[in-house]
Parts: sequence; structure tokens; C-alpha cells
Amino acid sequence: MNLTLKIWRQKDAQDQGGLVEYQVENVSTEMSFLEMLDVLNEQLVAKGQDAVAFDHDCREGICGMCSLMIDGQAHGPDKAATTCQLHMRRYKDGDTIVIEPFRAKAFPVVKDLVVDRSAFDRIQQAGGFVSVNTGNARDANGILIAHETAEKAMDAAACIGCGACVAACPNASAMLFVGAKVSQYALLPQGQPEREKRALSMRAAMDEEGFGHCTNEYECEAACPKGIKVSNIARLNREYLRATIVSD
Amino acid sequence: MKLESKVPTGPIEKSWDKHRFDLKLVNPANKRKFKVLVVGTGLAGSSAAASLAELGYNVESFCTQDSPRRAHSIAAQGGINAAKNYPNDGDSVWRLFYDTVKGGDFRAREANVYRLAQVSNGIIDQCVAQGVPFAREYGGTLSNRSFGGAQVSRTFYARGQTGQQLLLGAYSALMRQVGAGTVKLHSRREMLDVVVIDGVARGIIVRDLVTGKVERHWGDAVLLCTGGYGNTYYLSTNANGCNVTATWRAYKRGAAFANPCYTQIHPTCVPVTGEYQSKLTLMSESLRNDGRVWVPKKKGDDRKPDLIPENERDYYLERKYPAFGNLVPRDIASRAAKQMIDEGRGVSGSLSVYLDFQDAIKRLGEDKVREKYGNLFDMYHHITDENPYRVPMRIYPAVHYTMGGLWVDYNLMTTIPGLFCLGEANFSDHGANRLGASALMQGLADGYFVLPYTLGGYFAGTKLPKVTSDHDAFKEAESSVNAHTNKLLAVKGKNSPSVLHRKLGHVMWEKVGMGRNAKGLNEALQEIPAIREEFWKTVAVTGTGEDFNQTLERAGRVADFLEFGELLAKDALTREESCGGHFREEHQTPDGEAKRDDEKFCHVAAWEYKGEGKDPVRHEEPLTFDNVHIATRNYA
Repeated sequence: MNLTLKIWRQKDAQDQGGLVEYQVENVSTEMSFLEMLDVLNEQLVAKGQDAVAFDHDCREGICGMCSLMIDGQAHGPDKAATTCQLHMRRYKDGDTIVIEPFRAKAFPVVKDLVVDRSAFDRIQQAGGFVSVNTGNARDANGILIAHETAEKAMDAAACIGCGACVAACPNASAMLFVGAKVSQYALLPQGQPEREKRALSMRAAMDEEGFGHCTNEYECEAACPKGIKVSNIARLNREYLRATIVSD
Repeated sequence: MKLESKVPTGPIEKSWDKHRFDLKLVNPANKRKFKVLVVGTGLAGSSAAASLAELGYNVESFCTQDSPRRAHSIAAQGGINAAKNYPNDGDSVWRLFYDTVKGGDFRAREANVYRLAQVSNGIIDQCVAQGVPFAREYGGTLSNRSFGGAQVSRTFYARGQTGQQLLLGAYSALMRQVGAGTVKLHSRREMLDVVVIDGVARGIIVRDLVTGKVERHWGDAVLLCTGGYGNTYYLSTNANGCNVTATWRAYKRGAAFANPCYTQIHPTCVPVTGEYQSKLTLMSESLRNDGRVWVPKKKGDDRKPDLIPENERDYYLERKYPAFGNLVPRDIASRAAKQMIDEGRGVSGSLSVYLDFQDAIKRLGEDKVREKYGNLFDMYHHITDENPYRVPMRIYPAVHYTMGGLWVDYNLMTTIPGLFCLGEANFSDHGANRLGASALMQGLADGYFVLPYTLGGYFAGTKLPKVTSDHDAFKEAESSVNAHTNKLLAVKGKNSPSVLHRKLGHVMWEKVGMGRNAKGLNEALQEIPAIREEFWKTVAVTGTGEDFNQTLERAGRVADFLEFGELLAKDALTREESCGGHFREEHQTPDGEAKRDDEKFCHVAAWEYKGEGKDPVRHEEPLTFDNVHIATRNYA
């Protein structure tokens, strides 16, 4: 099939940027969306033009490196899938596809479709860990965790940190990302000693990075490639409230 | 070049304890005077950087991705081994050691493997303490499952995302140190050279991938934790960014490269569908716990799988290897699949065999199967548009892991003093074939429990003069990096780097792949330099060096694959035997199993770089087996 692509091109963070139209021919339905962009880039490079910059790495939906707003949807139209898992069988001959970067004040554009998501690393640094040095652990079965609790913690821990939740949210809120991390540790016994401190400090870091507030739009859950539930945001709110009451 | 393994003498059970005691210590107050550069943030790099910072060292951490959490360890699916013996099924440190030495086809160093088995239990404890959500039984204890090459259940897992959860554990430890100011993080940086001063590694040259700026970083030691070289084959299960550049450039500065021909072809991957394909996706080995591998008995049988009756199916792994069944090691399962396809019994004449879950779904119910493997089934569904709960998966072998890597001694130090190598990037623990769920174990063993001790021993026992990045060696390394970049930009040809990479991959897969022979290898040794020449005449790198330029990044990596591929083929040609993942068709038993030559090849081959256009020199480190009886592997 042949497609028309309207792709956001932006030289660097300072540049204004804008949509540029490209034609790609002979796209096969078996291709992944990123392979379709590879084909476009090979054509551009062969013509001596700059390739479209986009982030990607594992190409199997786990590293969280790929992003893209595809026709206004974070990671495109497929439910519970990253951009790299989207395949061209979703499209038909003659379609026009608009491709933009994830947009949020806290995710400045680096180039074209590439954004800077280091804000997530800084939120993690504020408290997304259990303070246990190497060598301090006791026998693993010394900590018993009910099957259901472990499964629930795993549901939250499945977050790949891609930022789709932020991109999809009209407020560019990072509550789903932070909620997932806070939930994982709040559910597990290992997370208890730093439970209150974590909820307070991760929330503060999130605000400092310029992410917006949650107004219950649920767009984040709809866009999340790992199906992280908004109940994690509710838990984050409870954890925060609890921490403000428990702390002096 | 001398290869001194520094393996302690005496009984193997005591050797690591004795060695740790013999290593000199660095006083806590002095640790902050040492700066350690850690390249790569996968399991080995993150765990080492975090652990060293906890000890008080000054650490700087580098990764090519936008965040350390994205390193390719994240994609490991099935699990991590440890000798806990929680299921009470007869496991022990000794058995894990034995299985790993045997699984590696007797081509690994015994003492290293024993140490790996010894520290395995501590890894599980550490990860649980960090809040890694491993799978649990209803009573709250940890769950285990089985992996290839073992008859016990010793694999711990977090659904099909074990690598992700372990990496996020190590990443959280690393982020804690970054927040505390003990680790300085440099993301989107690619290491392009090692700086060697007076024979000792004292720094690195990196390129800032956003601005294109080339930076000099000095340190008292450099740790390469940069992963494997599977992408030499173009198509592999590796992430797109995985490359050989860091280790290859270290090799060119004097680090010996060991056993490059030991590559692991994983039996269960989603088959190739077209020329445009950019990667192959693994379907975890854990699926062979419940999935049954089969092909039609009849050649060219193109009926739909559900129309092929039970008695016309050949469950060939269960037939050929009744003791291990579907859970034979990877090299054996891959070769068996190739045999079936070479016999014309692939699925509907295609390059694939079935991995079938119908029996498991009948036995356990669909929900239980979903709980164990749900994310893998979803991945398969996304790629193929087929529902594996209804129709069997179609799978085929693909390049997955590389056992070869930089040669290291027992302290994980390369032949360049001060340059250490951890995880998949080194050669040390898996011999000629790695068992499933052992890569995560090795990466974390190196980073959490081995290197933090041995590095202290190096610092305490070495006089390191103060250096700064103004030293001439830094200037020389920086200008050679710049010259290389300018050379790539100056070609201005018509072929994108991927076009030439694909060409290399084709030669590697056809002639240096699952079955190798002298004729094919000799052809590859002609063809690879020819593609390299074509590369330097026709490669197109658009844009500039002072910019975010992914075409330039790719071109630099492909240029290194084109040099490294030749060494890989040369090593494969020189190793006149079959062992593990290295299968020389000239050396096989009548039933097609690998035939080792212990007389001539019971050694590590370590290659020394001698300069451009010169032949590298092959050195040998003899392997002795005092604790495991060396024998022909038998899984039948």
C-alpha cells in the first residue's frame, strides 16, 4: 500500500518545528510501524536528506524507548501496545497518518519526534526505591507475600516508563507513572519503612518537574501500553493523604 | 600477551572465600578518592555502579539510551536461576555448577562457574529486598519453574518480564545513588574509545548523542558492561541499539577478545516475515515448560495444525531426548529444528516449527496459562495477528546471546590493567552455550557480588598516578574518534548504513550461523572484507557530527560489526571442533550431535589485535576440569 505521512520535523529544542509531508510506497501489511519509518528513512538518506529522528530500541514493547503520537493517539490506535508493536495491517492503501512527538512541558523536544523524558528519572531518584544496600538482604523466603499481593504489585511494576500517560493527559499529568511506582512499594512489605516519605517526595518531585494535576480524565489508562489502571492514581492519593496525616 | 587467569588454587568450594580474603582492602575513607567509570546500565552496569557507590567510590555511569532503565536486560523474559532448592527437588550449588559447566559443553572456567553458582542465592535475596515482585505461591513463598538443561526447578520469575523487574530493581538502586549524589549519570552518551596511559586504562572518550560533542572522562578504573554482539547478524533478538563498538574499540586498544565464535541461536523466536524486518522477537524458553514442539511426520504436509492427527505429528524433542524432552538446552533444540526443516518437515514448507499449548490449556485451563505466559502470548498475537490460545505458535531459531566477549581473569579484569568487563560483554561463565535463565544471574553476580570485591583488590594493590583529561593520550584518542566520524561523513555515498548491515547479516547467518563448515567460513572471510570495502565507498551518512544524528550512530556501529564479523568467522574457522553453539558440520556424530575435540581444543581462544591490516594473534588459555568429569553431553 501507499501512504501519506505528515511528520513533525524540528531541528532542535529551540527550533519552531512543523509538519512535513512524505509519501511512502510499497508498505507491506506485515511491517511494524517503526519498520515503515525505517523504509522512509532509508529513502531519505539515499536522497541525501536528513532521516527523521525517533526513539526506539527493543522493538518488542518492553524498553519504553519508543513513543510517538499517531493521529493524536499516544502509541497509535492499538490498545495495550507500544508504537513498536503496532503493525501496518491496521492501515489501508491511501491513508494519511499524522505523526508527532509526545507533547508535555516536562518532556521538551530534542529533535523531530524525540523528547527528553529525564524528568521520570529524577522523580525516581526522589524516592522510587527501597533503601537496601547490596549484601544486606535476608533469605528471600523470609519475607512472605500473598500471591494476590505479589500479582497486584506486579501489575503496577509492569510500567515501562514510556510517558504515554503524560502525552495522553490533557493536563500532562504524571500521576499514573508515579502512582504505579508508589503502589508497587506501598503494597509490598519491603516498601513499608519509607512508605510515607516516598509518597511525599515523589509527589513533590513530580510537581517540581512541571507535570500537571489529575482531573480524572482516564486518558492515561486508555493510552497505557501495559494496561496500568487508574486505581493506582487513587492509591497514590490515599498514600499521599495518609502520609500527610502520619507525618509530623 | 600473557593470559593469567589468576584462578585461586585449592578446593573449588573454598576458592572464592579464600580469594576474597587474600584481596587487599581499601579503607572506607579512601574509597571516595577513586573514580570509577561504568559504561552501560544493564543488569551488570547498574548493579555494579550502585554497589560501588554504596561502598563509597565516586562513580560515573554512561548509557546510550535516554534513561538507564532502558538497557536491553529489560527484555529478558523467562527468569533467573539460583540454587535455593526451595522446591526440595535436589538442587544445590554443586548441581547448578555442574549443569552450567555441562550446559556450556565444557568450555568454561570451572572456578568462575562455581563462584557464579555460589553467589546465585544472594542475588535472589538482594532482589527481593529491593521489592522485585517475583511470582509467589498462595502461602507467600517464591515460585519456581524449569528451564532448559536442568532437571530441577530453580528458575525464579516475574511473569514473562523477569529481566524488566530485575533491571528496574538495579535501576532503582542506581537512582537512589544518583539522588544521593554519589553517582553522576550521563545518558545518551556512546563510548567510542578507551584511553590507555602507560599500559593502564585511565579513561574513555564518549560522544554526546544529543549535541554531538565529544567528551573526555578520566577515571581510576573503567568497567565495560556493554552487552553482546548478536547484532553482527543484523537480525537478532537484541535491541536495535545493541552493538559491539565499546568492546571492539577496547580490543583495538589491547584487550584480548575471547571465543567470538560462541554465539547462541535461541530455538523459539517468531519467524522472519520479510526483507524489511528490523528485529526478531524471542518467545521465552519458559514456554517450553508447557508448550510442546512438533512438526508433521510427513514431508510437505500443509494441512492446518488442528487437522493433523496426533499420530501424524512428530514431537521430535520428546522423541530424541526423552530425559529432558522439550527442555533440552538451546543449542540442541535449535539444531533439531534446523534438521526438521532441512528434511522438508517445516510448517507448510516454511521456516518454522510448532510450539503448541493445547495440552497445557486442556490440563491447566486458559486462565492459568494466561497468568503464567500472558504477556508473551500477547506479544506473539501483536506480531503475527494469530491467537496462540487457539492455534499453535510458529517458531524458528534466531541469534540471541553471545557467550564470547572480552577475555577477563578471575577478577573480571581484561588484558588491559584497570579495564574490567562484566555481564554478557565478557566471555567468562557460559562456555560454548549458555543455559536459559543464567544471563540474568551472571550479570547481577558480576555487578553485585564479584566486581565490588575485586575492584577494591585492584585499587589497594596498584599505584595509580594522578591523571587529567589534558594528557596526550586523551588528545590522541579524541582526535582518532573525530577522524573516524569525519571519515564516515565524508563518504557521501548512496547506501544507508542499514543496507550494508543487512548484507553483512546475510553472510553471517548463511555462513557463520547455526551450521558452519570450512568452505562457507572461507567464503565469509572473503565476502566480509568486500562488504567492508563497499561500506567505506558507498555509505550515506546525512547530517553533521555536531547534531543528534541517528544515521551517524548507526554507521559507526555497522563499521565495527564489519570488522568484528571477520574475527568471528576466523575464530569459527580455527576452532576445528563442534561445541555448544559452535557447530562445525565436519565434526558431528552419526546422529548429528556436536563432537568436541578435547585433545586439541579444550581451551579458550583469545585474540590479540596487532594493528590495521595485520592478522590478529590467537592465544590459548588451557581449561582443566578437576571437579566435573569431562564427558560427551547426553540429554537423551
